Amino acid sequence: MSGLLNALFLALLVILAVAAVRVRDLVGAVLALSAYGLVLALTWAGMGAVDVAFTEAVVGAGASTVFFLATLLRTVRTEQVRLPRARAASLAAVFLLGGLLFLATHEFPSWGDPASPPSVHVSPRYLRLGYAETGAPNIVTAVLADYRGYDTLVETVVIFTAALACWVLLGRPKA
Amino acid sequence: MELRTVFVAAAACLIVLTLGYLYRLVTGPTIFDRILGLSGFGTSTTIILTLMGCAYGRLDMFVDIALGYALLNFVGVLAAARYFERARG
Repeated sequence: MSGLLNALFLALLVILAVAAVRVRDLVGAVLALSAYGLVLALTWAGMGAVDVAFTEAVVGAGASTVFFLATLLRTVRTEQVRLPRARAASLAAVFLLGGLLFLATHEFPSWGDPASPPSVHVSPRYLRLGYAETGAPNIVTAVLADYRGYDTLVETVVIFTAALACWVLLGRPKA
Repeated sequence: MELRTVFVAAAACLIVLTLGYLYRLVTGPTIFDRILGLSGFGTSTTIILTLMGCAYGRLDMFVDIALGYALLNFVGVLAAARYFERARG
């Protein structure tokens, strides 16, 4: 039954992605992208990944919309470049690669499979010892902020650098 | 009929009905139609989320996400409105 909802969400995602690319008015494209973020977050929530859903909703539907609109306010609103017509060879290459990737999805472990490699490698240890070793009651927080502390630290540095670059490019008062 | 089926069917119907909002969002002659389309779309997603919460039996968790969604949707519409205030004024 959740398969029906997932199929509908994925169909909506395809429609919204095509719309976001095809709409000529850039404000309309940004709004379509915001709706795309909402539906993507719904998909995550349906799979039970609430943390990912929250992050996707905040970043995809909230923050990136605001940032895109702020960028449009300082640049132009209509799309200037025309999309070139797709050549047959590049179209064929895209469909070939997409088909290969689609075939490769059959190799994935099925969703929620307790015997899949990620579930049997380190997860049982985290679940067993996570609270005793870190003291964090939320296991996601324990893994993100403690077991993968360096990873998260460098991620924060990357985001900080990106924010700095945006501020340098956009945030200066006009001379 | 199981109650879960009713919730999932209602959510599926609402997803199909959001196509109307999507049509406004994608084609909408003026930009205000697009903003309204996005706003209505966001409202539908909050209801779909609570219905999913009922279907999965974890309403407490999904209500929190739905509230967050409603806030974010408001922020998005507010940002668009502010954009036009600045762009025209």
